[in-house]
Amino acid sequence: MKSLIPIVVVLSIASAYGIWYQRSRGVIKAQNKAGIITEEMIGAALGSRVTLVQFSSAFCTPCRATRALLENVVEGLNDVVHIDIDAEDHLALVRQLNILSTPTTLIVNSSGQEVGRAVGAPKREQVLNALSAIR
Amino acid sequence: MSTIKISPTRSTVIDARGPRFGAVITTAVLATALATSNLWVIVAQAIVFAIGAFRGPQFTPYAAIFRNVVKPRLKSEVVTEDVRPPQFAQSVGLLFALTAIVGSLTGISAIFIIAVSFALAAAFLNAAFNFCLGCEIYLLILRLR
Repeated sequence: MKSLIPIVVVLSIASAYGIWYQRSRGVIKAQNKAGIITEEMIGAALGSRVTLVQFSSAFCTPCRATRALLENVVEGLNDVVHIDIDAEDHLALVRQLNILSTPTTLIVNSSGQEVGRAVGAPKREQVLNALSAIR
Repeated sequence: MSTIKISPTRSTVIDARGPRFGAVITTAVLATALATSNLWVIVAQAIVFAIGAFRGPQFTPYAAIFRNVVKPRLKSEVVTEDVRPPQFAQSVGLLFALTAIVGSLTGISAIFIIAVSFALAAAFLNAAFNFCLGCEIYLLILRLR
């Protein structure tokens, strides 16, 4: 046993990051300076009230959970659309929208304005709250 | 209304608790490697990472312990996950382990310590916080291209 100091340092820094990671992932943050999302950009028609634009990748476990949740949320809502985009195949769009990790979900209103963004898997209640806030 | 999938993906799914358990053992092994600076500990872990990276995380010795010893005792609901995210994490682990081996063989202990530290941090984050390495770094790597 040479020294335990490196272990203590690594685990302390990782723990601090881990706590921040768990608190920040999935939280829907309001966006007010974000750009306009057009149908050309995402390759699909926008919802008449809200579009949930999810970016996923192959090496991402919470992407599946997010997809399942959002699919379930939009079921029965005829004015909300969920779009799941493979980030790897749309790198130009990923750069343009400043997507840094997956899953990232953009909440887009009827005029294409991004009004909210969640990095990581959001919780059902948060999604429902965000949806109800958009007319 | 409906969900539009731009690129559908299909792949093998495994019990998600397996890789999480593997991350706990990996954390202990990497902590031992860091504390002792022992080359053989990191070589052993590199072999485990290589199996996980090339064959799949469900084929590592840690996965065998999970299947035979841990899983029969678990009562929680089985949560499945795509095999590719943990497989990606094993590949990144292998890269760090190989770097550490190079550091050890060339006598540059700083390389060994830094490489093992990063691998330990990732394994610990996965074990303790369900950290998804692929989610956080894969897109960043792609964006660098």
